[in-house]
Amino acid sequence: MKRFKSKYTGLQRRKAKAGYLFILPFIIGFLAFMVKPFFQSLYMSFCNVELTAGSFTPIWQGLTNYIYCFRVDPEFNRLLVEEISRMMVYSVAILIFSFFVALILNQEFKGRALVRAIFFLPVILSSGVIIGLDSNNQLMANLANTIESSTQGISITDGLETILRTAGVGTRAFETVFDLIDNIYDVAVASGIQIIIFLTGLQTIPSAMYEAAEIEGCTKWESLWKITFPMISSLLLVNWIYTVIDFSMRSDNQVIEKIQTVMIDQLNYGAASAMSWVYFVLILAFVGVTSLIINKGVYYYD
Amino acid sequence: MTDREKKAGVRKSFLERNRESGGYLLKRRSRDIVVSICRAILLFGMCFLILQPIFNKISVSFMTEEDLYNPVVIAIPEHFTTENYKLAAELMSYSKALVNSTIISLTIAALQVSVCLLVGYGFARFRFPFKKFWFACIILVILIPPQTIASSLHLHFRFFDFLGLVRLFNHGETLNLRGVVLPYYLMSAGCMGLKNGLYIYMIRQFFRNIPEDMEEAAYVDGCGMMKTFTRIMLPQAKPVITSCFLFAFVWQWTDGFYSKMFLGNTKLVSTGIARIVDSLQAYIQRITGTLTTISVAYSNCILATGTLMIIMPLIILYLFAQKQFVESISATGIKM
Repeated sequence: MKRFKSKYTGLQRRKAKAGYLFILPFIIGFLAFMVKPFFQSLYMSFCNVELTAGSFTPIWQGLTNYIYCFRVDPEFNRLLVEEISRMMVYSVAILIFSFFVALILNQEFKGRALVRAIFFLPVILSSGVIIGLDSNNQLMANLANTIESSTQGISITDGLETILRTAGVGTRAFETVFDLIDNIYDVAVASGIQIIIFLTGLQTIPSAMYEAAEIEGCTKWESLWKITFPMISSLLLVNWIYTVIDFSMRSDNQVIEKIQTVMIDQLNYGAASAMSWVYFVLILAFVGVTSLIINKGVYYYD
Repeated sequence: MTDREKKAGVRKSFLERNRESGGYLLKRRSRDIVVSICRAILLFGMCFLILQPIFNKISVSFMTEEDLYNPVVIAIPEHFTTENYKLAAELMSYSKALVNSTIISLTIAALQVSVCLLVGYGFARFRFPFKKFWFACIILVILIPPQTIASSLHLHFRFFDFLGLVRLFNHGETLNLRGVVLPYYLMSAGCMGLKNGLYIYMIRQFFRNIPEDMEEAAYVDGCGMMKTFTRIMLPQAKPVITSCFLFAFVWQWTDGFYSKMFLGNTKLVSTGIARIVDSLQAYIQRITGTLTTISVAYSNCILATGTLMIIMPLIILYLFAQKQFVESISATGIKM
């Protein structure tokens, strides 16, 4: 307490008070709507929650809910593994795609404003409920099938797929890539914000660097990896975290749908909390570990 | 060399200059052309990829049911109709939902942005004890999926009781605030709405990039903290305010999670679209009087029409405010 007083005196002390006043809404909101539900949800995940007319009573059960999630519920394990592996593949794809697009959009060409406007349109189109509706739109799939069958299956991608499949090398890896290419729309639509962030980073790189490199005889390809990439590697980390978080909260996420069904339809609050905690801890661990790894490779210019 | 000769030198034909440079010029020019053609093809393809679903929805929304099954009809409907729009509007109770959504999105966005502005400014400019701790809490808010705490928030508002006060005045009963708009406004006022952590982060980044001189001058001239904030800082923060407001508006407009949880009884466009297929089924059943399953194609056609109708206001907004959407994120200069 004494140190506190000596550190903040006079104007500084007044400013510290003002600072607290400014962030007061956040503190209240955080305590009321985040901390309490957060711990309550943790507690409930160990309980059997019984609803009665006027209140709800949690009854301590230990690990029963967690055991239920993993060993009784028929879907949860499968959905969890599927979603997390899908998230990894897609996040990497989204990062690569948005980096690539940002590189192109950073160049000078005619109609750049229009192209930029179109690429950022997904910021609207991929939000909230719309993305979930789009992804299971069967009419589109039917239409695509009709077109494919009417052209008798002549498509370059199909041909390439068969060639690479029959080659028999690394089939699993190819399958993942094919899956991504077939769903390139999902990738493009999810990368609006990431493109903007990368573009911002690209525009802050001083052009003197490129000029110096060019005079020294550096090719464009070399300057991409030796200048551009290190300079925006810190944004790579930001984008990675944003992408993973965004992907894990998407409304067409099957784990989340499952949690909602368990909670709202089956009224099994305990199991729903346990499921969401398992999911949250896994995501957090994933983000933490990958960010640490990426952070090792990030180059800070300042 | 006179001026005239210099000008003539500039006007030398391309081939001549190429010869002088030893073929380098031609090589470079042709490479540029090839690159720009490749880029044009690639960009056209990717733009088409993004726009195609919208075009597809537009064409499907004008088709009659026959056209959907007609394999010859792909893009342009044979029997042009606007029935789909009328039906979708009726199923979603569109005009009412539109008004509700507009009011709620506008007020929520305004509330969230103004609170986030205060908090973001507090974090950017003031030094106070435990600042790092509170900032870590903000990062935590960004990271925690709202779904994790959903179940207990659900109960929190189902049996709402603030410090036991409600129970005291309401004959020992707790309030059921589910399906009422109030809890969501409370949460927004406490920065716990949809993606509010992100707005705080963006606003803080923005304020940190503004030089402190102006504020110091204001303090020296005897301007209070709050007045400095409203008179000096807010006018400068217009770009970030607009962008956060636009994002908050759009995300609130399309949000399904919070809407479903807190605003279940209010008719909104986002909840309307999520239920449209079920309502279609109920509607058909009511008309025909028998239990019928509707075809996938037809229900998807209505779904496409409905989706189009709810994103249309957003697209119009985007057309006018495109610059603010894009440039504002650049203005915040997000960095770690």
